[in-house]
Amino acid sequence: MNERKGHQSISFGEEVYIISGASVVGKKEGEGPLGPCFDEVEKDPLAGAKTWEQAESTLQHRAAVRAIEKAGIKNTDLRMIFAGDLLAQCTASAYNLAQLDVPVYGLFGACSTMGEALSLAAMAVAGGFGEYVMALTSSHFASAEKEFRFPLAYGSQRPLSASWTVTGSGACVLAGEKSGARITGITTGKIVDFGLKDSLNMGACMAPAACDTICTNLQDFSRQPEDYDKIITGDLGSVGQQILFDLLEKQGYDIQRQHLDCGMLIFDDAVQDTHAGGSGCGCSAAVFTAYVLPKIVSGEWKRVLFLPTGALMSKVSFAEGQTVPGIAQAVVVEHVPQEN
Amino acid sequence: MTDNGKNEQTAKKYEKYVKKVTPTHSLPLNMAKAFLVGGLICVLGQYILNTAETMGLGQEEAGSWCSLILIFLSVLLTGLNVYPKLAKFAGAGTLVPITGFANSVAAPAIEYQKEGQVFGIGCKIFTIAGPVILYGVLSSWILGVVYYVMQLWR
Repeated sequence: MNERKGHQSISFGEEVYIISGASVVGKKEGEGPLGPCFDEVEKDPLAGAKTWEQAESTLQHRAAVRAIEKAGIKNTDLRMIFAGDLLAQCTASAYNLAQLDVPVYGLFGACSTMGEALSLAAMAVAGGFGEYVMALTSSHFASAEKEFRFPLAYGSQRPLSASWTVTGSGACVLAGEKSGARITGITTGKIVDFGLKDSLNMGACMAPAACDTICTNLQDFSRQPEDYDKIITGDLGSVGQQILFDLLEKQGYDIQRQHLDCGMLIFDDAVQDTHAGGSGCGCSAAVFTAYVLPKIVSGEWKRVLFLPTGALMSKVSFAEGQTVPGIAQAVVVEHVPQEN
Repeated sequence: MTDNGKNEQTAKKYEKYVKKVTPTHSLPLNMAKAFLVGGLICVLGQYILNTAETMGLGQEEAGSWCSLILIFLSVLLTGLNVYPKLAKFAGAGTLVPITGFANSVAAPAIEYQKEGQVFGIGCKIFTIAGPVILYGVLSSWILGVVYYVMQLWR
């Protein structure tokens, strides 16, 4: 039976499985340490489209189609899709999803959107509201730079704490039918604002939210960090990781042995000059589907806490001198042994 | 676990802590790079100016040619995607000379070209350079008034 845990978590009694995951990324991501893991590496930054926004839509579409194919279903089998991206009014998702002809919920959770999408999709399946439900997100370096920062050709120096928005998309199909990875619980994140205003140090803005969600998850499920093989944040980067360790230490938790960060996995800063790491809701989605999910399915990792992190600022809030609040949405994914 | 940063004191404390753990570029190194590249741009400008003068142009006309050629080179390098790489290395060394200003106008023109000639390029070409133009004109106007008043007193 499904059960509410604490104030923010749900334990799924009904069986919810991730039956397929697919990822499509850009050239730079393909050249990174996880290059061979991705389903597709698109060499053309515009992906054959005319604009960055259309390019992002195209990547998202390809990830969705691949996930549908891998699940062995048709797009009409999907009861609903939870999708989102970083652009204003979810531009990339809207124009991709128009082609798919499937009912849709559009989401915005900044870079945490994959955690949000997986949580909602899992609830939909566990509640019996959909046989097949998709979680889907994307980001694109160029469209994000244009949306939040400067035109690409503008010459400026990025601070060392800055992250590099991942060009890519990841899609998961969730269903009640058995597979090697099961979502057993979620912890919904609260918005945590420590008053930072530096949007070029997003790791520091999001680390308090990640700390909050991790602590809440451990308390709600009465677990210790050791109960997870891996605790994987979305895009804290190297600066955010250090802050997360320090903040958790104050709460009496040490996750240094379990912790991985999708943003630090996807790029090699020493070679690729990405500074703190990758970011964007395509970052956690692509790393989860290409790297994390296969390791759970194979049984290398038995139980993983996956929590994409988001910095909830906009161009307007930045211009008006507002702080950058953070959020982290956690999903517990467990290995399911294959029965022969 | 927290008061959610609402308390100004904790916000300040956190900001201070973040500043401590966040790595920054080395200032002396950045200054050296800026000095080197900025200096080279200025040397190039001086070369153009001197050449123009030896070719028989007056000082003012030679100066115009110098600016024109530097702007052209900057816009060309922006279009070829070389200028951002140069700026990443040189920082203020490429930002402060006239080439930096040209880059800040050319870059939005390229980016927003897809949004149309009027609402794309037309509206957004000065998104970065706009403040410089506005406050440049404003401050020169103020100085003009000051100069005018000083003239009256003489």
